Amino acid sequence: MKKRQPTQSRPAAGEPQRLLADMLRIRRMEEKCAELYGAGKIRGFLHLYIGEEACATGAMHALAEEDRVVATYREHGHALLRGVPMDAIMAEMFGKASGCSRGRGGSMHLFDVSRHFYGGNAIVGGGLPLAAGLALADKLQGESRVTACFFGEGAIAEGAFHESMNLAALWALPVLFCCENNLYAMGTALSRSESQTDLCAKAASYNMDSFRADGMDVRAVFETVSRAANQVRESGRPAFVELQTYRFRAHSMFDPELYRDKAEVEQWKTRGPIHSFSAQLKAEGLLTEDVFLALDAAAQVEVDAAVAFAEAAPWEPEADLLKDVHGPAAVAHGGRR
Amino acid sequence: MKVSYREALREALREALAQDPRVFLMGEDVGRYGGTYAVSKGLLDEFGPDRIRDTPLSELGFVGAGVGAALGGMRPIVEVMTINFSLLALDQIVNSAALLRHMSGGQCAVPLVIRMVTGAGRQLAAQHSHSLENWYAHIPGIRVLAPATVADARGMLAPALADPDPVIIFEHAQLYNLEDALPVERVWRACDISRAAVRRTGTQASLITYGGCLPKAMQAADELAATGIDVEVIDLRVLRPLDLDTIAASVRRTHRVVVVDEGWKTGSLAGEIVARIAEDCLYDLDAPPRRVCSAEVPIPYARHMEAAALPQVAQIVAAVKEMLNV
Ligand SMILES: Cc1ncc(C[n+]2csc(CCOP(=O)(O)OP(=O)(O)O)c2C)c(N)n1
Ligand SMILES: [Mg+2]
Repeated sequence: MKKRQPTQSRPAAGEPQRLLADMLRIRRMEEKCAELYGAGKIRGFLHLYIGEEACATGAMHALAEEDRVVATYREHGHALLRGVPMDAIMAEMFGKASGCSRGRGGSMHLFDVSRHFYGGNAIVGGGLPLAAGLALADKLQGESRVTACFFGEGAIAEGAFHESMNLAALWALPVLFCCENNLYAMGTALSRSESQTDLCAKAASYNMDSFRADGMDVRAVFETVSRAANQVRESGRPAFVELQTYRFRAHSMFDPELYRDKAEVEQWKTRGPIHSFSAQLKAEGLLTEDVFLALDAAAQVEVDAAVAFAEAAPWEPEADLLKDVHGPAAVAHGGRR
Repeated sequence: MKVSYREALREALREALAQDPRVFLMGEDVGRYGGTYAVSKGLLDEFGPDRIRDTPLSELGFVGAGVGAALGGMRPIVEVMTINFSLLALDQIVNSAALLRHMSGGQCAVPLVIRMVTGAGRQLAAQHSHSLENWYAHIPGIRVLAPATVADARGMLAPALADPDPVIIFEHAQLYNLEDALPVERVWRACDISRAAVRRTGTQASLITYGGCLPKAMQAADELAATGIDVEVIDLRVLRPLDLDTIAASVRRTHRVVVVDEGWKTGSLAGEIVARIAEDCLYDLDAPPRRVCSAEVPIPYARHMEAAALPQVAQIVAAVKEMLNV
């Protein structure tokens, strides 16, 4: 058995101002992405996380640096808070060679294995078996880290969810299944896609402990995911967390939003994670408007720098088209593909 | 009056639903969302949620349910959002839909239509952009169609529904906004889902293609014509079973062939066509056949890299010119 790596979580993870600052970083980055999409700088599918920032923020603060993360196509915030530089994320969205996936992946496929970030996956449910496998590798190699797997509630209808939950529970794999329940899968409401809308009941059917948190409340997410992740780390067994949240924007940039009322969206916006948390901190005397403005301005500075970086970054030469289809071994084996 | 490929597909669906109570459409977001590519937009209001049936994200489940419903006497049309997602349903398509008639000694029939989106060109990256039509064209027991014109978008559904066996219809993402005048009704109603079509006659080479590459082949033919080179364009339309007669007849006229296929060259439909030509009319050829296919790489996100990976007009033109030594 390898010795456990010391936890290297950054100092004061979960500290209120850092939670707020990180939510602001995601928000400002994504607002800019929407603008750049309109300008044609970012293309393909772009799925914004606006409204859901408390989930990734609370959860990422609760994870240790060596923990692994598997995410979906709505992963910009998760990547950023895993430590992927905003520059590299923005360059990826532009399709530039300096992007975190060298421009090959785009918005839906942000990767940074050096930070244990195993990507944006655009196949709904596609990440769950991967997470089980990563955790299996850790278990077999005597590592005690947690693999956190993020997915939307829509993925629960996929076979991959059920197969992965069962495997993880059956084999006692250290996976933290984090379901971001924003009530819709594209235009399909949870109540129209699940016979059992109590998602934690599903975990129970696999003999798995479950946790539920208000996904609009970053502190609640941080505390709940911290507890859940610690349990997974200590027991070596999986757990399921449901984060109840809501997306404020369209599913992607192509969605005319025919399936939900404006009033419903407005109602949820009153619970927006950034302003409700900052109001709470102000009431507690932990934040002043000046500090808020300074955090926001810092986020904006980071975004502007990232856009400048992406603009200036080089395009990959076309001559490299066939790069990275195979690893160097294929070349070593005679080189013919 | 011009109609779009999308509108033509929708009109065909509307007609099928209106004419046969056994027909229903199901798939992810076909109803309330209005269809991912807006093909089924408005049909929910017209036909109600039983017949425009939104499904959960359960490709294996709902495609399999389509197989069962067809077996049980209905005429389901199942929409799969994107060909990459159809891989989650592959088991039900390949191990059930295609096999039930044969395994049951002819007792079972699966009159199912599966529609799915295929192809690249919108910077959607590797998990939304592939062309795997050939995988399905490999399987005995299913018919595989690739409408590439507005007339075929309008005409193919009715004969597909009348087919006693499963039919897969591939709609290329780049064709939805294609606009064209529909030919007179008698013509598109006579849609034959067993034959390829000669889209342009010519004498010096045959461009054989299908789906999203047809407009590229037609444009290449135009550009070649401007330089005095006269090529024929064959639209396969039906990827299984292949219409070998139309292919061979064209080769015997032109003696040169370039196959254009958005699939990867290795193991491609283009490879199958070249093999058939070699078997049936090798001695009619004046030059080795050529293939213009996608580069052997998952489709990249960046615009210029995506374009570099896909068959382009310039490559088709160059292939023909090289073949003619001009
Ligand atoms: C296997 C598969 N089927 C369908 C899709 C198309 N699709 C992309 S996102 C999405 C909705 C998923 O909803 P959910 O899991 O709740 O995540 P959210 O988008 O709400 O974050 C759908 C249907 C896909 N990407 N993969
Ligand atoms: Mg959702």
